[in-house]
Amino acid sequence: MTSATMTSAPSRQPNALIQAFRRNKLSWLGLALLVFIVAIAVFAPLLSPYDPLAQDILHRLEPPSAAHWLGTDTYGRDVMSRLFYGARISLFIGFVAVLIAMTCGSAIGLLAGYFGGLFDQFVMGIVDVMLSFPTLLLGLMIAAMLGASLENLIVAIAITEMAPFARVARAPTISLKQRDFVEAGHALGFSHIRIMGVHILPNMVSDIVVVGSLWMATAIRTEASLSFIGLGVQPPTPTWGGMIREGFENILNSWWLTVFPSLAILITVLALNILGDALRDAIDPKMRSE
Amino acid sequence: MMRYFIRRLLLAIPTLLAMLTVVFVLVRLVPGDAAVAMLGDQASEANLAALRARLGLDQPLYVQYLGFIGDALRGDLGTSLVSGRPVLEEVANVLPYTLELTAAAMIIGTVFGLPLGVWAALRRNRWEDYFTRLLSLTGLSFPGFVSAILLLLAFAVYLRWLPVMSSASGDPLTHLRNLILPALNLGLIMMAYITRVTRSSMLNVLGEDYVRTARAKGVRPSRLVMRHALRNALVPIVTVVGLYFGTLIGNSVLTEIVFTRPGLGKLILGALNSRDYTLLQGLMIVFASFVILVNIITDLVYSLVDPRVSLSK
Repeated sequence: MTSATMTSAPSRQPNALIQAFRRNKLSWLGLALLVFIVAIAVFAPLLSPYDPLAQDILHRLEPPSAAHWLGTDTYGRDVMSRLFYGARISLFIGFVAVLIAMTCGSAIGLLAGYFGGLFDQFVMGIVDVMLSFPTLLLGLMIAAMLGASLENLIVAIAITEMAPFARVARAPTISLKQRDFVEAGHALGFSHIRIMGVHILPNMVSDIVVVGSLWMATAIRTEASLSFIGLGVQPPTPTWGGMIREGFENILNSWWLTVFPSLAILITVLALNILGDALRDAIDPKMRSE
Repeated sequence: MMRYFIRRLLLAIPTLLAMLTVVFVLVRLVPGDAAVAMLGDQASEANLAALRARLGLDQPLYVQYLGFIGDALRGDLGTSLVSGRPVLEEVANVLPYTLELTAAAMIIGTVFGLPLGVWAALRRNRWEDYFTRLLSLTGLSFPGFVSAILLLLAFAVYLRWLPVMSSASGDPLTHLRNLILPALNLGLIMMAYITRVTRSSMLNVLGEDYVRTARAKGVRPSRLVMRHALRNALVPIVTVVGLYFGTLIGNSVLTEIVFTRPGLGKLILGALNSRDYTLLQGLMIVFASFVILVNIITDLVYSLVDPRVSLSK
């Protein structure tokens, strides 16, 4: 991902984000879509017409109708209700995985950049190797090793996305540690942890958060892909990738089982990517898309 | 050129060693006992002991590590637990299918993505540009299997123009027909990446002084774009195409699974379902080695598109 190369900490105006939104008209579309999906996830119990787990064998594999707007699946479960509850799982996994990757990855980059030397070379060597594995395959390997479950899926995605954050945190740390205020901290006898946590970290936290939001799209895509392969949250819990996996068996006669979850994944990732573009504009004027 | 190539290969050795170490650690991430994970809880103690001995799990960790690195460097990636055949042989059997698919996707992506990116840059901030940007962003947002399923539904299930299953075939014409949908799927995703990078790279170059000078001197627009702008915009494009090779491989795995096409993807899925950890470990090494190799090739291509890149560096 190109986002991994954003390592500088350019000076920004306080309202850079608003300006980026004003420049990039598409970003409003992204924001609207994301708000819509988050609302669906939050209010899933209120919006869902049926229980997402309730089976109704008499009405199995029914095409979209007035009773079931998006049809029913192999067990007669309402596709729309499952789609709404699936939004919760996808967003939750994407958010938590990125949060863990962001915290651990930035800590690794911060330590490597701050202490430098052999430790830095060793750690960043491993980070570079992690970056040379295709994200999906690394996630697949880790998820396969750990076994399929919600927690393991989050861990697998978090590990695959840690390396870019280490890169993002390391570069500003190296330049920040040579600044006067850090020197002054040393002279006053502050501990390394205090200097890193109180004096260096706050200066780059906004960059890290922006990169984090960019990686959420990848996290959600990886989650869907791993669930499709069968390494995700296990049935009957509804997940978008898992729904496509189940629907794929009936692809020849029940298109609605695969098309609707596919569109849900596409719209979510697209919304995050559009927003990511706008945020990238805000963080780095050189990468402006207009 | 040759000397540079050899030096670049030598530089890849530490990366390769580190990669093997990461794979070694990953495989030992299995909670509890790997043998139990493979054979299941019901396996007899004798069977478990036999498997542990076969995998070398009964030996101290450093012996396992040294043995693993030594074998891997000699090209021995172990034998599949299920088929009993060497992992490299399993990979070699299906590799041509995956390579064919990725190559076809690269061609489709470049042939369509490059002109589209140039066009969007030239029509900057008009509706054509907005359309192209939305199109490429949509392409970037597709997980490989989602676009594959939508293509499959449209062209194979409803229009019935192309086969649903893309299994291997001896007849060249059928072979090509089977390749179209999977290649189109991967190619469209690749196209989205290339369009995006080409556009932003072209926009950078078009703002440069030498382009303005050339325009002022009355250079024909087509020549200005092809010779002065695109030639110089190619370096970042090559970098990104190289970087996205990993993504392409990941998506090819999903594409092969959706189209039931032989290849590394099907091999991975089989290994996952049968808990064939040695095969998985071997496949991981093969994939990562490919990415390392592509990085080397990308470096070499730099020198071809940009004479300013000095090979002696």
